[in-house]
Amino acid sequence: MSKRLLGLILVLPALATITLLFLVPLAASIIGAFEIEGSYGLGNFDKAFALYSQDILFTVVIVSLSTAIIGLVAIAIGGYLTLGENTLAVSILRWLYRWPLFIPFIVVGQVLRTFLAKNGMMNNTLVSLGVITPLEATSFLDWRGIVIAFVWKQAPFVALLVSGAMASLDRGTIEAARNLGASRLRILVEIVVPQVATTLIVGLVLSFVTMMSVLSVPLMINAQSPTMITADIAFRLNAYRDYGVANALGLISLLITASVAWIYLKHNVRSQA
Amino acid sequence: MTSLATTTATARRLPRIDLWWVPRGLVLGLLAFAIFGPLTNLVLWTVAERWYFPHALPLEYGFSYWQRVFSPRGNAMESLANSVFVASLTVIVALALAVPAGYALARLRLPLRSLILVAFLIPQAFPNLPVYVNIARLFYGLGLNGTIPGVVLVHVTHGLVYAVWIATAAFSAIDRELEEAARSIGASALRTFRDVTLPLAAPGLMASAIFVFLESLDEFTGSFFVGAPDVNLLPLLLYTAGAGGNYQIASITALLLLVPSIGFMLVVERFLKADVLSRVGH
Repeated sequence: MSKRLLGLILVLPALATITLLFLVPLAASIIGAFEIEGSYGLGNFDKAFALYSQDILFTVVIVSLSTAIIGLVAIAIGGYLTLGENTLAVSILRWLYRWPLFIPFIVVGQVLRTFLAKNGMMNNTLVSLGVITPLEATSFLDWRGIVIAFVWKQAPFVALLVSGAMASLDRGTIEAARNLGASRLRILVEIVVPQVATTLIVGLVLSFVTMMSVLSVPLMINAQSPTMITADIAFRLNAYRDYGVANALGLISLLITASVAWIYLKHNVRSQA
Repeated sequence: MTSLATTTATARRLPRIDLWWVPRGLVLGLLAFAIFGPLTNLVLWTVAERWYFPHALPLEYGFSYWQRVFSPRGNAMESLANSVFVASLTVIVALALAVPAGYALARLRLPLRSLILVAFLIPQAFPNLPVYVNIARLFYGLGLNGTIPGVVLVHVTHGLVYAVWIATAAFSAIDRELEEAARSIGASALRTFRDVTLPLAAPGLMASAIFVFLESLDEFTGSFFVGAPDVNLLPLLLYTAGAGGNYQIASITALLLLVPSIGFMLVVERFLKADVLSRVGH
């Protein structure tokens, strides 16, 4: 039996699961996006854009902003873990940054809803430090809350991937640059980050698509308008049983994530060539 | 390796105290507050009997909500048992699918390898809601709606990306020469896999099992459409309590979901070594 055939046989059960339980219903929902009372057309998209174009823009901005912040935080954490020279500070950071790593999204929603609320610990601390007066205390449970929740949950994940890749880099180049007098920031930007770019992009792509499909965080932190596409889909289904517009919104966010997955594919093909 | 000049300068002014601890302490302190502040706030809510704005701390502490959650009539115990049972079954099914697939993706020449890897990402890439609605319709016809096997199948689909990607990375991190050595002294391909490859990949596979377990515990959307109201799971309990404005019950449920997650965080590096991590997604 050829290796190719054996490989395909071994992958087949897993691929079949994805096909039957995801691709088939996904196809049904894509077809459903064009279905209007038995015939086909673009009516669902007209309605989706008329009602929710603001939310679509809001989703793209929120998720892109979160991805950018996650990338910066992850590079900062990974960079300090790799280049930091104070062993005590490095081990404190290593112990500290990972706590949110595996906390479920729905729990993150609940945790930050209590923390960012008007009488949450964040406002209480700001008040007791004298930064704001009690009258100025406002709830952060809007777009800021969503970004904070996403960064809180996903940055440790990307930092873990990135610091793992940085740890397996060749120390020789770093030491050589250090001996030549390069600052640590310059080494991070010019030597370390380019070498872990693939891992960083994988982590950010995974985070981007994860954030695009989380329903619990927008529902728990910011259910008012403007909100994220996922919350709109749930609303269309629960309130109106409107599968057409819900499926159209689903297809729109699929196109957004597909363009990001495309970046990953292109990068992967280039690095293997 | 601070340069000699700064070291002597610091030593002259402040013997034995490293001034860099000021910015370091500030940043680490802020990070600690950002991470533990929210968690402390949640724990406070679980023991708060009365708490409203503008009071910084609860007005009354007590465990009456814990008694309500864990009373024989409360549905938390049933949800907890269901969640753990569903997650365990999900791990078994997902690994049975992911171990052969990961081995093939790591070791055997596959056409369209990148495309196959991305195929497992699809369930994470598409907002699951409309898909789960269509799965619910499909399962209804098959009699799987509102059953444990139905929920397990949805969770397996959702968790396969972690299972397959981490299994692939775990297998490709193994030194090929060890397998070749076993083959050259006469071991069959199957025996080599069982006695050499599988034990070496075990920590990575363990990590992928735990990932899948936690993903299943976390899963909310699919459980809601396929499982509810017949199969009660912890995330559904948390959401309904939170939506009903009952912060105490929601926080206690959240704490129950937190414990296994934080436990895994503390031991993750024992299973997921840097050489495996750097290969995830390649």
